[in-house]
Amino acid sequence: MSGKLNSSFLTGNALSRRDALKGIGAAAAMTTAPGFVRYAQSQPSTPIRIGFQAHRTGIGAAYGRWYERTTAAAVKLINDGGGINGRPVEIITEDDGTDAARGAEVVEKFANQHHVDIVYGTLFSHVVVGSAPAAGELKIPYYVVSEGYHVASGQMNRWVLQPGITDVRAQCHAVAPWISQNVGKKVTMIYPDYAFGHDHRDFFAPAIEAQGGEVIAKIAIPPTETTFTRYLPQIPPQTDVIYHVMVGPAVLTFVKELGEFYGGGGPKLFGFIDSLEAVDLRSPGLEFLEGSHFWEGMARYRQTDASEHEIAYRDTVGLDDNGASVNDKRDVSTAGHMFGCWETLHVIKQAMEAADYKGPEDRARLVEATEAISELPESLAHPQGDKIFDGKVHQVFGRQNISLVENGTLKVVHRTSIEDGRYESDTDYTTQPL
Amino acid sequence: MAFGPYFLLATLEGLVTASILALTALGLSLVFGVMRVVNVAHGEFFMLGAVLAWAVSTAFAGHPAIGFSAALLVAPLVVGGAAFLSERLVLRRLDYNPEATIVATIGMLYIIQQLALTFYGADARPVQAPFNVRIQLPWFGYSGYKLFVIAAAIIVMLGTWLLLTRTKIGLIMRATQYDRETAQAFGIPVDRVYGGVFALGAMLAAVAAVLVVPTQQAHYLMGRDPLLLSFIVVIIGGLGSLRGTLVAALIVGLSDGIISVFFSPTLAKMLATALVALVLVFRPQGLFGVRTR
Repeated sequence: MSGKLNSSFLTGNALSRRDALKGIGAAAAMTTAPGFVRYAQSQPSTPIRIGFQAHRTGIGAAYGRWYERTTAAAVKLINDGGGINGRPVEIITEDDGTDAARGAEVVEKFANQHHVDIVYGTLFSHVVVGSAPAAGELKIPYYVVSEGYHVASGQMNRWVLQPGITDVRAQCHAVAPWISQNVGKKVTMIYPDYAFGHDHRDFFAPAIEAQGGEVIAKIAIPPTETTFTRYLPQIPPQTDVIYHVMVGPAVLTFVKELGEFYGGGGPKLFGFIDSLEAVDLRSPGLEFLEGSHFWEGMARYRQTDASEHEIAYRDTVGLDDNGASVNDKRDVSTAGHMFGCWETLHVIKQAMEAADYKGPEDRARLVEATEAISELPESLAHPQGDKIFDGKVHQVFGRQNISLVENGTLKVVHRTSIEDGRYESDTDYTTQPL
Repeated sequence: MAFGPYFLLATLEGLVTASILALTALGLSLVFGVMRVVNVAHGEFFMLGAVLAWAVSTAFAGHPAIGFSAALLVAPLVVGGAAFLSERLVLRRLDYNPEATIVATIGMLYIIQQLALTFYGADARPVQAPFNVRIQLPWFGYSGYKLFVIAAAIIVMLGTWLLLTRTKIGLIMRATQYDRETAQAFGIPVDRVYGGVFALGAMLAAVAAVLVVPTQQAHYLMGRDPLLLSFIVVIIGGLGSLRGTLVAALIVGLSDGIISVFFSPTLAKMLATALVALVLVFRPQGLFGVRTR
């Protein structure tokens, strides 16, 4: 909690949210609010305050922990290099409980109580969808690291951007040709029954059909489910490939039960690493995964051909060769996703410097400066690889990794091009007023 | 998959659910039957059992069966102790007033949940099964451990039944349940019985949790579903009736398994809820409950 609030401000907030929004929504009004003056004047030494909406608790907690670590490592790197526009970066973290309603409250808390410059870091798509309207109303830039297609779909607003991680639609699009050529054409999909899973459902089917394959069954599983065997008989026997993507605390159970059900036989598997993020691949019961394939945003296990930037990134975040914490080898990371935090923070830095960002009054210019970014070459700022940011759809496009489970580790066997993941889109956020 | 094997799988899954549910609901039913306390924190005792199972089993090196056996002993005892303490410190001081105890146990729910979050963390952690046997049937494979869960639950149920019907402790409990004041007049230390029953109820939930946790994972939010389902079972079966609890757990568990496999898990929950509504309308005391005196 910020202790800098004065009581009239608090009273206004308690009376009605809308009143409070009116009072502080516009940057001009903000400068008149007592207690805010310090930030509005933004001395060069005042830190840039980034509100980090983190999944510390709830079903996204494992991701949240590693998103925090990656964020801390990236911020340290940025600050050691002189910060942004000569100002240090300060992260203010609030837990959203991986809950959509709480997410919106957290965004308001960031804007009204913590007086942050921007909000950043959300992963779970339902939290993004729940929080985005608040960010739009408050006119505060909201940089998400979520993978969901909702940003590029045009359903969000101009203040929501995803410059550090590719979206599910691009991922489906990019891996479908490889699946149809190397694994099989008759696909059964198993996915969580909410926005993120629906993105998979909606975009993988057309992508595989374009390759001459087909989705023969779609099995949606509630994200809070704890037991899965009962869903498995729905997998048709003629299935070539089970395409699985699961999230939440029960992912290990899901994969284990898949193994119990089929043993060594059964259809081939193509999973998104989400199904085993933060889970040791050598957990008992996972032996059957040997020889199956996974999508990985970024490799969990250190590859023999890892770039110098990738190695530097891993060392800074504190990952060992198996993608676990250097302090505790049982603490397996969410390496397939968390690089997005690192890259997003570097995009924020780049955009803030381009916009000569001084304080909240420059928020609109910051959004425009981010939209103006297009090519992001592979570098220490972008260790996952080169990317192209599309300012109209507010979405970054990059390369996808397909990895083989070999001796209980993941070995990248295919890396898609950026073009493989590009798709046509009518979305154009730049036409919306700021 | 053909109908036969499909049905077999559904039944097996249903039996696992039913056996865990029966144990958990039995604890809830016992506490209500004897003490007239609706224990909203019951699911958290379940969660506590699972979390402790993780803590105990990881403390032992060597074969997973050693850690699991230790957990099966230690976790229920610790949970029982915690329940006994909370009964002494909270429920007794409220004089077991029905409304006050509901509010108090809601408070306990949050306290236990947040303590677990603080000290155990927000992660789901796996507990290794004591043995890893996969039974290959002609149509599908099935976890041998899940069959063990069913057997173990039956044994614990039998033990509880023997305790209630064949021992002096059980007699005292039943006397207290039947008529608290008369029991007291006959020199039964009702107050101590209450403490013991509350602990026993929580221990049953903990045993269920230790048994089920190797097929799931220990997580601080895992108490919600067992609580809800236990309430459903207890309402259908009749509060305070052991037989009713068992039958209702079988109905709910098996229908959940079979309907989930053939249709959808959501439909299974909807039907269970509809059944609760019907029971409340047409037989408010439950299928096997007796009207309270």
